[in-house]
Amino acid sequence: MYVYDQYDQRLVDERVAQYRDQTRRFLAGELTEAQFLPLRLQNGLYVQRLAPMLRIAVPYGLLNSTQLRKVADISRRYDKGYVHISTRQNIQINWPMLSDTPDILEELASVQMHAIQTSGNCIRNTTTDQFAGVAADELEDPRPWCEIIRQWSTFHPEFAFLPRKFKIAVCGSEADRAAMHNHDIGLELLLDSGGTPGFRVLVGGGLGRTPMIGQEIHPFLEWQHLLTYLESILRVYNQHGRRDNKYKARIKILVKAMGIEAFRSRVEEEWDVIRDGPATLTEAELERCKGFFTSPGYKKFEDSKPAVATQRDLDLAFARWLDRNTLPHRVPGYQIVNLSLKATGYAPGDLTDKQLEAIADLADQYSFGEIRTTHQQNMVLADVEHSALHELWLKLSALGLATPNIGYLTDIICCPGGDFCALANAKSIPIAEAIQTRFDNLDYLYDLGPIDLNISGCMNACGHHHVGHIGILGVDKKGQEFYQVSLGGNQGKDASLGKILGPAFAQEDMPEVIGKIIDTYLNHRTEDEPFLDTYRRIGLQPFKESVYAEAN
Amino acid sequence: MPRLIKDSQIVEDDWVMVGSSSEAVDLAESGQRVFMPLELLQAVIADIPVDATIGVLLEPGQEPSQVCDYIDRLQLVAVNFPVFTDGRGFSYARELRQTHEFAGELRATGDIMRDQFHYLKRSGFNAFQPDDDSSLESDLQSLDDFSDAYQASIDRPEPLFRRR
Ligand code: SF4
Repeated sequence: MYVYDQYDQRLVDERVAQYRDQTRRFLAGELTEAQFLPLRLQNGLYVQRLAPMLRIAVPYGLLNSTQLRKVADISRRYDKGYVHISTRQNIQINWPMLSDTPDILEELASVQMHAIQTSGNCIRNTTTDQFAGVAADELEDPRPWCEIIRQWSTFHPEFAFLPRKFKIAVCGSEADRAAMHNHDIGLELLLDSGGTPGFRVLVGGGLGRTPMIGQEIHPFLEWQHLLTYLESILRVYNQHGRRDNKYKARIKILVKAMGIEAFRSRVEEEWDVIRDGPATLTEAELERCKGFFTSPGYKKFEDSKPAVATQRDLDLAFARWLDRNTLPHRVPGYQIVNLSLKATGYAPGDLTDKQLEAIADLADQYSFGEIRTTHQQNMVLADVEHSALHELWLKLSALGLATPNIGYLTDIICCPGGDFCALANAKSIPIAEAIQTRFDNLDYLYDLGPIDLNISGCMNACGHHHVGHIGILGVDKKGQEFYQVSLGGNQGKDASLGKILGPAFAQEDMPEVIGKIIDTYLNHRTEDEPFLDTYRRIGLQPFKESVYAEAN
Repeated sequence: MPRLIKDSQIVEDDWVMVGSSSEAVDLAESGQRVFMPLELLQAVIADIPVDATIGVLLEPGQEPSQVCDYIDRLQLVAVNFPVFTDGRGFSYARELRQTHEFAGELRATGDIMRDQFHYLKRSGFNAFQPDDDSSLESDLQSLDDFSDAYQASIDRPEPLFRRR
């Protein structure tokens, strides 16, 4: 993974010093709350319902074991001993003291971490495929490109006070695991006929109050021009994005208002000025960045699958986990392992300090000391030898991290919601738990096939409810917490937005509502047809009829 | 006289803001440095002697392209920030310096705070006049909050990756 040189380190250190002084000025009354707000946000600090929340950046979801131990240590000493993995692959701690945050950031900087631009109206953490570099269907490793974008977007002088937040995702594989259609900018890595990479550039996707699928602005941008082109898009947005209404301030609204053609010509005008200028990427820089993402020292294996196969046959629970939570690796003899942070009874995406430390140890022991976070709020050990899988499974089981449900209905994406978040309309964690409890029979769960169920506590859509096959949104009905259900969302290359089923439901009805939706699917599916396909074939109506028929 | 930061020094402001066409023309003719809102400039530019020292004040929404016809006559472009969170002016500065090759004084005015000065400078501003000018000495130091930067910028066109 990327390792700081003296430049990177100095910039992060100088940022900590700057923020320390800003916090001091705020606490001394020299900065007003309104003045301090964007400054603390751009250093990751929110003020939540009950306490501040600090969002620590995990650039494109990559961490080493030292960093993970540091996060565990911070969560224990400055917080309540647990953290939350966000849908942007970042790590949040929920209870730090404002006055401690400069020290926390200083400690993070000591292990090459920070909380820079994890919130605020600026360019946020660039996200990508959690299986980058190991996925069998990868065309080009997105991580060097993410690092190039990270550096370009960090402290970009022109784009720190944008109309609204700005999110970029990079996809380098056949299947899109980065949700590039739902980002302000989505970058799809493609190879030309000579094998040289370039980007299909999508713009104006996003979730939130007005969800939209990104539109193509460039079919194949040569890689050298990546930064000048991104800069041109941002420059048009910074000048013309709406600033009068925060719900209309995202770039998607601007692109829609101008039309993609007109937007593209404005971008091209800007691009003409800087194209081929000094910000044009060089071969040397690309090589430098690629050099941080070479393959670790994989061993050469004869096919070691038989050993796993025997263990598999002997142990149903192991077999279940192996089938659901692990994936083939591109290197023979290795497997990708998902750690499920979705055990029933625990808030989705939450981990304790002890679990973090144990994961760091497992990473050192089994996966070259690296860990990944996923936008599904799970974690990944990407490079596990087949021969170690059974042992690892036992250890993960003991830690509560081996629930064999990755990709299934109970692997719920869920924002912190009303239990933590000041913006929430409704709680989301108890809904997730109630649904997990209702669907706790594993055979039944597997029979349902892969289903994405996503929950957001409000329109900000941190739980990506629009792109869940089943989406749940907390709404406020005369001061009561209600839940609106949508169906048919999806986040792959054939991304789609869910359609609202009908009037919202009370919290206690939610497990039953989901139960009826599932029953309708089971009644209509043809053999092996996944939920999404059945929905796409039969539409919303049958679901509507069964859910509302008895409810009324 | 009001003070401001210009070229990394605290100086007195020798520009006068004018609000009417007669004032603009009279003062400009007398040799006073005058600057004025865009609308006024557009109305009086034809009546002002070509050798007068004049400038313009741009508000958010008034893009630099609106002054490009007479940019050669301007010695000062002031970009106002009515609220510090409205970041359009950062791009205006970049446009003025890069697209329109403006080489005169580029001044950020209004509700700006020291925490933004480093970014403002990198975007192309060389003068800073915050509404609250009570702490210009510490503001001045903030220009150097960071000793380096990743990106290509107006004050340093070579991005870090070409220098590391
Ligand atoms: S979706 Fe709403 S409630 Fe949930 S975390 Fe985001 S802002 Fe908070």
